[in-house]
Amino acid sequence: MSENNIKIEIKNFSFYYGQKQVIHDLNLKIHKNEIMSFFGPANGGVTTLLRSLNRLFELNHNTRSEGDILIDGESIFDPDASVTELRRKVGMVFEIPTPLPLSIFDNVAYGPRLNKKKSKDEINEVVEQAIKQAALWDDVSDRLRAPAMSLSGGQQQRLCIARVLALKPEVIILDRACSGLDPISTAKIEESLTKLKKQFTIVIAPHNVQQAMRISDRAAFMLMGYLVEAGADIFTHPQDQRTDDYITGRFG
Amino acid sequence: MKLKINARTSEYIAKGFIWGAAMSVMIVLVAIIVYILVKGLPVINFSFLTTNPYNMGRSGGIASTIVGTIYITVVAIIIAVPFGIGTAFYLAEYTQENIITRIIRFSAESLAGIPSIIYGLFGYIFFVMYMGMGWSILAGGLTLAFMILPTIIRTSEEAIRAVPHIYREVSFSLGGTKWQTIIKTVFPSAIQGIVNGIILSIGRCIAETAAVIFTAGSVLSMPGSLFDSTRTMAVHFYILASEGISMDNAYGTAALLIIIIFLINVIVNALVNRFISKSK
Ligand SMILES: Nc1ncnc2c1ncn2[C@@H]1O[C@H](COP(=O)(O)OP(=O)(O)OP(=O)(O)O)[C@@H](O)[C@H]1O
Ligand SMILES: [Mg+2]
Repeated sequence: MSENNIKIEIKNFSFYYGQKQVIHDLNLKIHKNEIMSFFGPANGGVTTLLRSLNRLFELNHNTRSEGDILIDGESIFDPDASVTELRRKVGMVFEIPTPLPLSIFDNVAYGPRLNKKKSKDEINEVVEQAIKQAALWDDVSDRLRAPAMSLSGGQQQRLCIARVLALKPEVIILDRACSGLDPISTAKIEESLTKLKKQFTIVIAPHNVQQAMRISDRAAFMLMGYLVEAGADIFTHPQDQRTDDYITGRFG
Repeated sequence: MKLKINARTSEYIAKGFIWGAAMSVMIVLVAIIVYILVKGLPVINFSFLTTNPYNMGRSGGIASTIVGTIYITVVAIIIAVPFGIGTAFYLAEYTQENIITRIIRFSAESLAGIPSIIYGLFGYIFFVMYMGMGWSILAGGLTLAFMILPTIIRTSEEAIRAVPHIYREVSFSLGGTKWQTIIKTVFPSAIQGIVNGIILSIGRCIAETAAVIFTAGSVLSMPGSLFDSTRTMAVHFYILASEGISMDNAYGTAALLIIIIFLINVIVNALVNRFISKSK
């Protein structure tokens, strides 16, 4: 891969909750337009790492990081960098569907309405486009003003994806975004993601190894805060015994 | 010998007890309200509402006391609500638990437990005498503002804390600033609880006597400005009844108080529901 294909570069990254170190000196490059999975047994540090990419961990008190994360070659921790801009650039979908107590439309419009004055028409257009991209348009086009809570779990999660797409992000993070969903909803979301990677860089925590195998271009195995290995053929040719054990279900 | 009660029997007993408790409370409440309405409603008519009391309240209506009540309550609410909600947001959103928040919370809780007559005394000494406001709507309103502040802080803080944390995370993750998150997400989700606290406070202002007599006085004439003394409906009721001036007019005043408090509840809740359904 040539250097200009790199979207995110994680350099010597460590993370602490108080005194407890939960990510150890992690180095990894994530390419443009790929789906990168982070997987591993519980408490491996995946969520922490994903929440570092958009600096959302700063909402937790008493956290500290070392090392650096570069997006397009620029440090996200640069004191001059705007954290709200970073979060628009790096959108996040959470583990459980998290519609705000607003209408379907207002949920998707939430991000676009936050920055700069946009005309009604512009907002309408962004919202419609985002909902279509998230493959939700046919489900909701006739009831955009209905409460988002009235959607099914799978629809809610696609709404959350639409809400992120409306930010016009460059990177999309999904932390176990399918864990509570039925197989059909999951398949729909996976299909959308495979389409979306043409435009975006997608970083996910899959909800199991099978999902990681199905949709990732590359995957990284995380164990107790350490990156064990990462690569495109990690599932077919794991280099490390622990990876092999985990994939084949010998532990985890 | 041990008395054995099977699960179904104890279920029945518990249900019966809970039902009985609820029913007794309701009957007592309804009895009080019905009694006052039956005694008071016949007194209320157009001239009762629109003429000022004279002859110490034995004759005439209660117009000036209605106006006095509204003035004092409005002053108290206008002052206490912004400070109360502001403090609540500060406590819930802007600080971690520390010495300052503990002092604020401790003071608020202590203030909430103080009998209202103490507020009256404080208001008398500070506003009426020291600040030279005299017995006035302003002094009364300020005193009541202090009295209801702890309630507004506590109910608002509870409502704010009850907003799921994930809403904040979502708003931040979509590029929201702290202020945008509070205004667009936390506040709309908490407004129902905040308004409940305000309604409760309005009720306490309208019903207060001790603190008001000390600070706003009990002048019967129609107040012309914030610096005039006035008599609120509750005070009027208290004086009419305790001095045996006119039980009829006392009941009329009490019935109107109940009706007003009821109407405020209904109207404010309707407004809030409209606001909520609009923001949804
Ligand atoms: N807010 C927090 N405060 C303190 N420790 C935390 C906090 N959040 C996570 N941790 C700890 O950090 C470590 C990594 O947790 P993290 O949630 O990042 O792992 P994960 O790989 O996402 O786990 P899971 O598979 O359960 O989702 C765990 O040991 C966890 O207990
Ligand atoms: Mg996790």
